[in-house]
Amino acid sequence: MSGVGTVSAQRAQFSQPLPLKGGGVLPAYELVYETYGTLNAAKSNAILVCHALSGHHHVAGHSADEFGNPTANLGWWDNIVGPGRPLDTDRFFIVGVNNLGGCHGSTGPASPNPATGKPWGADFPVVTVEDWVDSHARLADHLGIDAWAVVMGGSLGGMQALQWTLSYPGRVRHALVIAATPKLSAENIAFNDVARQAILTDPDFHGGHFYEHGVRPLRGLRLARMLGHITYLSDDQMAEKFGRRLRTGAGSYSFDVEFEIESYLRYQGDKFAGVFDANTYLRMTKALDYFDPAQDYGDDLARALARARAKFLVVAFSTDWRFSPGRSREIVNAMVHNGQDVAYAEIDSAHGHDSFLMDDPHYHAVIDGYLKRVTP
Amino acid sequence: MNRNVERADFDLIASWVQPGERVLDLGCGDGSLLKRLIDERGAKGYGVELGDAEVLAAIRNGINVIQSNLEQGLAGFDDQTFNHVVLSRTLQTVRHTERILGEMLRVGREAVVSFPNFAYWKNRMAVMAGRMPVSEDLPYEWFDTPNLRFFTLLDFESLCDKMGLVIRERQVLDDAGRCIVEEPNFLGSLAVYRLGR
Repeated sequence: MSGVGTVSAQRAQFSQPLPLKGGGVLPAYELVYETYGTLNAAKSNAILVCHALSGHHHVAGHSADEFGNPTANLGWWDNIVGPGRPLDTDRFFIVGVNNLGGCHGSTGPASPNPATGKPWGADFPVVTVEDWVDSHARLADHLGIDAWAVVMGGSLGGMQALQWTLSYPGRVRHALVIAATPKLSAENIAFNDVARQAILTDPDFHGGHFYEHGVRPLRGLRLARMLGHITYLSDDQMAEKFGRRLRTGAGSYSFDVEFEIESYLRYQGDKFAGVFDANTYLRMTKALDYFDPAQDYGDDLARALARARAKFLVVAFSTDWRFSPGRSREIVNAMVHNGQDVAYAEIDSAHGHDSFLMDDPHYHAVIDGYLKRVTP
Repeated sequence: MNRNVERADFDLIASWVQPGERVLDLGCGDGSLLKRLIDERGAKGYGVELGDAEVLAAIRNGINVIQSNLEQGLAGFDDQTFNHVVLSRTLQTVRHTERILGEMLRVGREAVVSFPNFAYWKNRMAVMAGRMPVSEDLPYEWFDTPNLRFFTLLDFESLCDKMGLVIRERQVLDDAGRCIVEEPNFLGSLAVYRLGR
């Protein structure tokens, strides 16, 4: 089975101001997106794939790099999208979109602020999961999609799928909420705050206006990613992959890079800091922290979810300690309480939170088995 | 497994479910019973299953299956959420017998329990002949059986009495799926109970 081949991004411009949950409006904005497969005549076979913290619109296939090489840059969830794959492009029309505030083409902190002509920087608003879903809905309008067959995503993407069913109950038939949570725990927020502090205290951050200083807060962003990355893996997996192995075979009793895990984390941190925007990172983590659909319902999740009309598949992973299976069960329990349609699979996986991106045969069979029953 | 016997078990359970009622099937396997209760009886069904292959099969069947371990009880299910909580041919595989029966009647108004009767005359004959029974309702060898608890109708009813569970109805089937009235603990291969508080 091969994937979707070489793909290219598209852009949609929105001139109608978007009111934001945190107050204020985004006057005009642009969303960058990709599509795979063909929208059917009834426009009933569309799947929206929402991305997680560091994701973007390039979900599947290869996109050309800056040198024009058409087989560069494989999409972040390519293993699940394509002809004969669980998100079967022979049956479904799949849409990936870069969220507002992102750094992969949609309007974000590095985009020009129409009021000043300079990059938004720190003045770009703090956007929420609800705001993203509202912007996705306008993209759906733009594409002529009245209701999605499926809205899905992992981690923060799963939270968007959940919010979709609450913000637009009549516009989602199925929601796949994977490795997600109905709200962050204090521990989750604590990790996010340390990551933010790493960025905010980097002298090159310049209060978020680093673009005009010609620098980027690489040290802060690198630390933020290193910390985040630890929470995406499992203890078992780290032990197996790195253990206590040293790069040189013997300790040097210094503070150089000695252990393999140190080397790996620094590599991941450097790679990420080289391509990601610090202001986007701050906003993505804030969107995570603020997400709490039960807040307006006296912390009663069942009441909060009662207005959802979609059928749900909730998936969690055994070694995910960031958003553990118990957090997914909170969603499931609330839906069972309400008598709503929900299936729940707890996948045995060694890869921690990142399991949702892995090419695990049973996990993919579960997604495939569910989607096979979704009428396009 | 003999289709007649399986059907007979399911037939009884289906006849007890009214349209629109909420059913929780514990150890639902691929969801065959639930699918029948939903399609034929208009029930609103959920299943609980632990095995990966069974959960996948249930998802393929369009069942609201929840992957969870019965041995850990039914935490997360609210009190009195279901009209019927079904445990079909599974009680003998559960270690925490009293806990699961108690949990069934916590989350449901009625517990429906079916299990193979160890005192069925053919099983007794097997033991008399010096071998552990292998039959339609006990289709495993001793070394590969998932069954942990070996009990009879009388044993089960004695436990119900001890736990204060009310037997609302009992149906007993032989290994051809025929209803047994006389000498059920001797002539019955499979028992199906409706229990309440």
